[in-house]
Amino acid sequence: MDLKVQRDLFIGFFRSTMLGYGGGPSAIPLVHAEVVKRYRWMNDEEFSDVLALGNTLPGPIATKMAGYIGYRVGGTLGMINALVATVLPTVILMIVLIGFLAAFRDSKIVQGMTQAVSPVVGVMLATLAYDFFKQSKKNLGWTKACVLSLISVAAFVLLNIHPALIITFFMVYALLYKPSKEKKQDHQKSVSGGM
Amino acid sequence: MLTYWHIFLAFFIPGIVGYGGGPPSIPLIQYEVVNRYGWLSVQEFGEILALGNALPGPIATKMAGYVGYEVGGWFGAFVALFATVAPSLIVMLFLLGLLYKFKDSPKVKAMTNLIRPTIAVLMAVMAYDFFASSWKTSGMLQTVILIAASLFFLEKLKVHPAYVIAGALTYGAVVIPIFQ
Repeated sequence: MDLKVQRDLFIGFFRSTMLGYGGGPSAIPLVHAEVVKRYRWMNDEEFSDVLALGNTLPGPIATKMAGYIGYRVGGTLGMINALVATVLPTVILMIVLIGFLAAFRDSKIVQGMTQAVSPVVGVMLATLAYDFFKQSKKNLGWTKACVLSLISVAAFVLLNIHPALIITFFMVYALLYKPSKEKKQDHQKSVSGGM
Repeated sequence: MLTYWHIFLAFFIPGIVGYGGGPPSIPLIQYEVVNRYGWLSVQEFGEILALGNALPGPIATKMAGYVGYEVGGWFGAFVALFATVAPSLIVMLFLLGLLYKFKDSPKVKAMTNLIRPTIAVLMAVMAYDFFASSWKTSGMLQTVILIAASLFFLEKLKVHPAYVIAGALTYGAVVIPIFQ
């Protein structure tokens, strides 16, 4: 077992996670910098293949990349090592910080802080929703995006259907549906969107 | 034992239906944690999400780790993280060859495209929940001020979210107690 490789794996993924703000996807360029440029575990092409592959699967992208690259570079131990470096530091930080806030829950100041944060989170989510909607408008066209959104609103808000079921329904539909027009869009997208 | 099973399910389901990385799975996690199992209120979830967004690293695992810990201690945190990370990673490791063939398939791309509006709706509903909860606890004036200010700083000036959240926390610590 190569200790130096394991140490590099830990440092590489620790650094990219601690500098990556805004969730896993925004840390991908940092992972790329460590894996391709600094440690040269993969070349550019391999990295983008793994990334494309990871994007076809559900679930957080940062841990899929860390797990796979760690496995390739350092075996099972490397996989666990890269995952721990990606996940653990920020989880521990969360638990400690929230525990600290909770200890002062009754203070007016902490109550004010928690109240002030909720509209900000609302704005962040609303802009994220808007971005997603804009993207779907671009990829699916105005009518399709609206129809799908309305179906989702009806199913989720009015009928109270579990969101996982709604998503599964659309995924199955996409698999069974014969894509005819998608081919052209597909080509455009692979040219414009690398990530 | 049942609690751990619930923790597993609550993070396994968002993990396997959340396409496009961690952030799109947040509304799904909220649905499980707040609506289905009632482990946290909307406001508590918002608090954690805000703090999570102010910290670096993947958001899905930060949420999973914290909620798992809150509900079931360190083992709960482990179960939640495992449920978030393992399924898709295992599939990735084992089905590598097969997936290689399909990575440019139009069907896979159509799948991502078709679920995007649903994710947008889930996020919009979640945003509404946060606004409504803030309206109820801090009143209309504070809610409108905070929404306008964060829109301005995040979207117009493109200030980093961590600073906007730090600003909101300061505002909440200094200004809001005066009005209550």
